[in-house]
Amino acid sequence: MADKVIYAMYDDDDVLKDGAKKLVSKGVKVTEVFSPFPIHGIDPIIGIENTRLGIMAFIYGLTGLTLATLGMRYFMIVDWPMNIGGKPNFSYLENILSFVPISFEFTVLCAAHGMAITYFLRNKTLPGMPAQNPDPRTTDDRFVIELRTSENSQFTAKELEAMIKDTGIVELDQKDVA
Amino acid sequence: MHKEAAIREPLILGHKTYHDITEDVCRPIEDKAPRMWYILFGIALIIGLYGVGCILYLLGTGVGVWGLNKTVGWAWDITNFVWWVGIGHAGTLISAVLLLFRQKWRMAINRSAEAMTIFAVFMAGLFPLIHMGRLWLGYWVLPLPNQFGSLWVNFNSPLLWDVFAISTYLSVSLVFWYIGLIPDFATIRDRAKKPIAKKMYTILSFGWSGRAKHWNRFELVSLVLAGLATPLVFSVHSIVSFDFATSVIPGWHTTIFPPYFVAGAVFSGFAMVQTLMLVMRKAMGLEAYIHTKHVEYMNIVIMVTGSIVGTAYITELFISWYSGVEYEAYAFINRATGPYWWAYWMMMTCNVISPQLMWFRRLRRSLLFTFIISIVVNIGMWFERYVIIVTSIHRDYLPSSWSMHYPSHIDIGVYVGTIGLFFVFFLLFARFFPVLALNEVKTILKSSGESYKNAPDDHHPAPTQVANADQKQNQTGNSSDLIAKVGSADASTKDDLKKLSGVGPAFEKALNAIGIWSFEQISKMSKQEYDMMDGLTGKFPGKAEREDWAAQAKELMNANNK
Repeated sequence: MADKVIYAMYDDDDVLKDGAKKLVSKGVKVTEVFSPFPIHGIDPIIGIENTRLGIMAFIYGLTGLTLATLGMRYFMIVDWPMNIGGKPNFSYLENILSFVPISFEFTVLCAAHGMAITYFLRNKTLPGMPAQNPDPRTTDDRFVIELRTSENSQFTAKELEAMIKDTGIVELDQKDVA
Repeated sequence: MHKEAAIREPLILGHKTYHDITEDVCRPIEDKAPRMWYILFGIALIIGLYGVGCILYLLGTGVGVWGLNKTVGWAWDITNFVWWVGIGHAGTLISAVLLLFRQKWRMAINRSAEAMTIFAVFMAGLFPLIHMGRLWLGYWVLPLPNQFGSLWVNFNSPLLWDVFAISTYLSVSLVFWYIGLIPDFATIRDRAKKPIAKKMYTILSFGWSGRAKHWNRFELVSLVLAGLATPLVFSVHSIVSFDFATSVIPGWHTTIFPPYFVAGAVFSGFAMVQTLMLVMRKAMGLEAYIHTKHVEYMNIVIMVTGSIVGTAYITELFISWYSGVEYEAYAFINRATGPYWWAYWMMMTCNVISPQLMWFRRLRRSLLFTFIISIVVNIGMWFERYVIIVTSIHRDYLPSSWSMHYPSHIDIGVYVGTIGLFFVFFLLFARFFPVLALNEVKTILKSSGESYKNAPDDHHPAPTQVANADQKQNQTGNSSDLIAKVGSADASTKDDLKKLSGVGPAFEKALNAIGIWSFEQISKMSKQEYDMMDGLTGKFPGKAEREDWAAQAKELMNANNK
């Protein structure tokens, strides 16, 4: 059976949310939602789990802190214990106050950039990537639910359409995909 | 949906739809630039190029071209550096700290404030770089292995902390700003008609499509970056103040410096935001999004931080006397009564007195007054740094080496040049980038938009729709009475009823269900018809009468006929 993609378009985020709720409660699988801004509360309805990027940011931050500590300990204590006013740097712990600012800055640097890079890679949003939204208006004022007939094989295309039409849509679009 | 108290002033004025927001923000980018833009850009470019010329001359000749001498070895360069870094504090404060505090008014200004921040930090970064004299050896500030010399860079030095702080701040702000820009670039990409613009914005938007999962990540990344940027903002200017506070110069080694510098930075940063925003909202027609309330909020921040700065000045004076250290006391007496008294009193007037005027509601809501004060504050903050730096060192421990500082024309040229370059960057930003965070402003339309605030029940259309369906069956008879009075219509003559105040998509459907489709019908209504309609839709009794829908509909009909 040829797979068909159905796009149900709404002009209001709350209408889409209620529509998605209705569809999901009838057992329809919603593949994707495209919207011009984040719709709060849509994720649990269509079964999107919360991102774990925050955990990654924490790990990147710890990495940065460790690197900064190891680096400064090597530069300032091990390799060349700088002698200031007859007080050479012999212990990291006793000199730690001077190292606080850079430890902090480097932690933030690694956490922020590590997370940003991971975010771009996971989203596959990279310079020059082609746009994948089904309709150019989804970045303006259209809110779109994407369904696939192959993922909803318990319903016929007609039934799906009828259910969608019941949710306050403004437009319906279909596309065959190989 | 988060609801907001009705007494709060709406943040988006007028009856905007999502599409209107897109239009309002994208139009200045898509239209031809006005002549004024070219004139301003030309002026800024000439001044900027003059500054670049001065910098090149300095690099070719040496730092000796500055007006420094043996006693005053640090003057305009570091003054300008601290001034620009300070200005560069507002953007991240607005987008990060106010995000953590869930302040919705930030959304109208965070994008351009953050652009302003990034450009200001560019300008700040120039000064330490050219101060090196031999710019091409600038990479020596990185911790490089010993074959580049016999030592590592000194991690005990606040100047090296500065290198890390400023570069972290600049790059993290840039990333934070750009991640927010991507969805808005996608909006412009999807609207672009010219092939070159389409291509450029396709590259800039990274293929953003607005998928639900991507938005989920987007929100978390914004939140975490805000969480990281908040302590970063405070650390950066604290570290800048360590440049002075860890020294042993009277007037510099005060423990009050970090909080005092941070407050001063926010103070001057918000003043710069006001200067730019007041012009920008007018020039780009964004008065509905950045209005008096936003200006007032920012003025309150200016008032609070200005008061902190004022308190710090007075504390400093008190402590210099209370410490009993005569060098310390002299540094401050010399500031106020010595040869630089005019700079000191300039600073005091601009930074201590002028923000206090913001206690008056009328003054802080006056746009002209705000504009003047915003410039006064930035002049004052420049003098603050000049006073701290030059007056503390120009009369040192040895009276025979006391001297004054006179800037050379290169000093002035480099400083004025950075102002020119800053405006070159900002004007380019205003021309090609979305100056309002489109995707964020749209999220607050329903909670803080004027037309939605007045219709608090219109947020969840689905349940009322079901109720309407029942009512419709019971009351078809009644609705025909109403239709008889106002004339019948159907979907073919449909008008966009959402343009009436207080009508959202769901209310529109309810109206359609009872047979109201066009403005013409509504224009014929009066008290009696309103009451019938309210009874039929079962929504917002009295609303149509209060808002005078008939008059609104007449206006809209005229607009349609034109």
